[in-house]
Amino acid sequence: MSHSDDTDRLAGADTAPGDEPFDGYETEGIGSYLIGLVLATLLTIVAFFISRTTLVWEPSLPVALSVLAIAQMGVHLAFFLHIGTGPDSVNNVMALAFGVLIVLLVMAGSLWIMSHLNQNMMPMDQIMQMQR
Amino acid sequence: MSAFQAAAGRDDPHRIGHGRAPARSISGLAYKRIVVGYGFWIFLLSDIVMFSAFFASYAVLVGNTAGGPSGHDLFDLRNVALETGCLLFSSFTCGIASIGAQRRNGLWFYGAMAVTFLFGAAFLSIELREFVSMAARGAGPTRSAFLSAFFTLVGCHGLHVTCGLLWLLTMMAQVYAKGYRADIMRRVLCFSLFWHALDIIWVGVFTVVYLMGAER
Amino acid sequence: MLGKLSWAAVPLNQPLPMIASGVVGLTILGVLVLIVLKGWLPYLWRDWITSVDHKHIGIMYTLLAMVMLLRGFADAIMMRSQQALAFRAPGFLPPEHYDQIFSAHGTLMIFFVAMPFVIGLMNFVIPLQLGVRDVAFPTLNSVGFWLTATGALLVNVSLVVGEFARTGWLPYPPLSEIAYSPGVGVDYYLWSLEISGVGTLLSGINLVTTILKMHAPGMTYMRMPMFCWTALASNLLIVAAFPILTATLAMLLLDRYLGFHFFTNEAGGNVMMFMNLIWAWGHPEVYILILPAFGVFSEVIATFSRKPLFGYRSMVAATMIICILAFTVWLHHFFTMGAGADVNAIFGIASMIIAVPTGVKVFNWLFTMYGGRVVFTAPILWSLGFMVTFVIGGMTGVLLAVPPADFMLHNSLFLVAHFHNVIIGGVLFGSFAGYTYWFPKAFGFRLHDGLGKAAFWFWIFGFYFAFMPLYVLGLEGMTRRMQHYDVAEWHPWTLIAAGGAALILCGIGTQIAQLVVSIRHREALRDVTGDPWNGRSLEWATSSPPPAFNFAVLPSIEGEEAYWGIKQRAIRQARLRDEPEYAEIEMPRNSPTGFICAFFASFMGFALIWHIWWLVALGLLGAFATFVVFAWRDEDEYIISADEVARIDRANRRARSEALARLQVTT
Repeated sequence: MSHSDDTDRLAGADTAPGDEPFDGYETEGIGSYLIGLVLATLLTIVAFFISRTTLVWEPSLPVALSVLAIAQMGVHLAFFLHIGTGPDSVNNVMALAFGVLIVLLVMAGSLWIMSHLNQNMMPMDQIMQMQR
Repeated sequence: MSAFQAAAGRDDPHRIGHGRAPARSISGLAYKRIVVGYGFWIFLLSDIVMFSAFFASYAVLVGNTAGGPSGHDLFDLRNVALETGCLLFSSFTCGIASIGAQRRNGLWFYGAMAVTFLFGAAFLSIELREFVSMAARGAGPTRSAFLSAFFTLVGCHGLHVTCGLLWLLTMMAQVYAKGYRADIMRRVLCFSLFWHALDIIWVGVFTVVYLMGAER
Repeated sequence: MLGKLSWAAVPLNQPLPMIASGVVGLTILGVLVLIVLKGWLPYLWRDWITSVDHKHIGIMYTLLAMVMLLRGFADAIMMRSQQALAFRAPGFLPPEHYDQIFSAHGTLMIFFVAMPFVIGLMNFVIPLQLGVRDVAFPTLNSVGFWLTATGALLVNVSLVVGEFARTGWLPYPPLSEIAYSPGVGVDYYLWSLEISGVGTLLSGINLVTTILKMHAPGMTYMRMPMFCWTALASNLLIVAAFPILTATLAMLLLDRYLGFHFFTNEAGGNVMMFMNLIWAWGHPEVYILILPAFGVFSEVIATFSRKPLFGYRSMVAATMIICILAFTVWLHHFFTMGAGADVNAIFGIASMIIAVPTGVKVFNWLFTMYGGRVVFTAPILWSLGFMVTFVIGGMTGVLLAVPPADFMLHNSLFLVAHFHNVIIGGVLFGSFAGYTYWFPKAFGFRLHDGLGKAAFWFWIFGFYFAFMPLYVLGLEGMTRRMQHYDVAEWHPWTLIAAGGAALILCGIGTQIAQLVVSIRHREALRDVTGDPWNGRSLEWATSSPPPAFNFAVLPSIEGEEAYWGIKQRAIRQARLRDEPEYAEIEMPRNSPTGFICAFFASFMGFALIWHIWWLVALGLLGAFATFVVFAWRDEDEYIISADEVARIDRANRRARSEALARLQVTT
């Protein structure tokens, strides 16, 4: 394990997250970032736009915003972090999937539990607010 | 020994099977860059879980304004749009810097890193001004649970950006002092992973906190 | 100038903490004097304090755990005595002390005994079992250990300077908020855990990366020893769960220090959210503790049954299922908090489902022993004791998972009995088994087996006498953490429980004696070849203790149970493998970074607790400077010459050849 051991890239070797996977093509490099920037900007503008107008049916606005956010996170992952679907990225994708699963469980679980708790045992503050 | 077995022995000395050349990490030690990158990736995932705990608290407490101001009263979406633009563009320039580092091109690397720093600093200054003005209006973090959760979540992200900027300067100094050595390059990789992840978290923040919050 | 700190912080009027800290202080002083006089300081600095070798770090973790076990057990003895005496009497511990003692007991045992013990074992063994030279990030490993030690230090300092938390081992608000706990106790707890939590997280990242990315050539995931799989699951849980702890404790700190309102009664705070988040960490935490113990048992049972582990694939599947399910059951720690029938039912069912993969594991261990030729050494006794004890504890757990039952038993001594049942029967017995099993690998000589068996019997009888009465008491209605009571029916059971604690004390005494005797007789107990137990996995292919580089040449793996295959072939062919081509080896240099970082972290933690802000700033600056100095280093590796590698390896080969020859003569 020395300082200079990462110059040659074997086909079939794992890819570090953040590095571009070696797929035989000498990609331009900057192209990926440009596409990512354009897409992300687009998604951001749409998100800001629909939150100010009545174009989207009001009750479904949170869903729409969430979808746009997830899409933009995906754009970041794919074009800035080069997390792909090739066999060299399997470990990176699995780790990400594990992280996403935990995040979903913690957030959804907490929201579900806390809304039930609030209903049955409302915090003091809110009881007093309701009584006004 | 049949030709088949002989062939298997040559390409697959450890008799793993599966028909294709196994990934380097199971036929030998993974390259150091992959190990370091993966380790940092795992760290980032742990950081994202930490943010999710703050997000969960925010989501639970968002309505607990204790009679004080809510997001609708406080958030100025123009500032948020500016912050988002700064951070997104800085992510892009960070990517340029990585390419510059890979190609050992000093102009690209130092230039892009400097621009990244400027956009990051701009983001921070807008955010700081927002915090100070909110506190001055009596909407500081001690006013209500909602504001505590807001300042903590957004502030934690801002703290990460601050550390990132310090790290950015350190990386520029290290490349200047030691050149594009392999271990320095590994750290640049980690830094770019960190910076992009911060923008991913910001997407969550501006959506959940600001865009959804401005409704209430 | 010194914040809230003053001489009043030292409890001069309380005999117990004064005597205890006096004894400890004198002991530490004595040890330090001995070290300096014998000239051991340079050796300790070079080979242990600044070591980045996973073997040394693993040993230091384990040592920390065992020393903290003594402190935590002292607390336990005091608690049992208090409850045995306090029937219609005040006992000898006033409530404000009793509260600190049970809080310290739980905190120490979970964070500074159980965690370091399993992390120490994992650190020591994993690279050896994977056939590699060290973990992925050796210096980070050192930082992680020393930060954990800082946390332990802070908790112990609270005995002498200030007080500890009175909130139990999980500081529920609003009691833990500044309004109701204005003293420094909760702050000691919070900063100690925030700092050691960082250390634990670093360890988790390190081991996940090592297990997933660093294997000897040919070792696929499905050829890894079972201990590596359970370690992987445990460390994935560390990476996933500890950030939640960090965030939640940070929120409580913000409430206490800056007047935020996360968990306060006023201004919209939500007290119950603390419970939700802390148990979202807390439940995965217990799986973090038990999974490595399961791994130890898989290794020990296979080795001493002289059979391969039964059902390797189902074990792997069960382990990874437990890993995922660990994150789906946390509400069962607060069924009674009013989430309602729907939520309670879902989490209750999930809690019952999670028992299934554990059951699969127990059956696999039984099937491993069935048809084997079991050798009854101390580690196997610990394993057998575990299987009986843990199954009982697991069953009471499934009982508690039924919400209506839990409504009666929540926070009673039944609950206390349950979790001690699974933690002692599972984690502690597993740690002791692992300690005995891998001791010869670490130090080059075995532990005295007779004393080990005696210790086991003291412990298992002690455990049953101490905790079975607690089940009865729980069913009879006794709540946990009671400082005194006046129900006559309870008294006989508390007396029996105190007797059990005394038996465990004998067990601990026997273990200390075992260590002393083993060191005295180490030549007779010497492990000459490196394979004292006729082992099956790669760590037994090295000498005892292994050289710094573990393997002279990374082994080439061609199947499961890598070492067993190599050994059987050697026995068949009546000779060792050919001598390998020795090449020079690069190893990571030692670094004082970990120790110095922890030094500054200790001061920062203490300063934050006592509100000495200038010291906080200094500590922060020092830690950052340490990091920068480390990052600027140019020489991070040193070279071991091929000749040196050859010399070391040939010595071990000679010993093994001789053993092989002796084996051929006898068969």
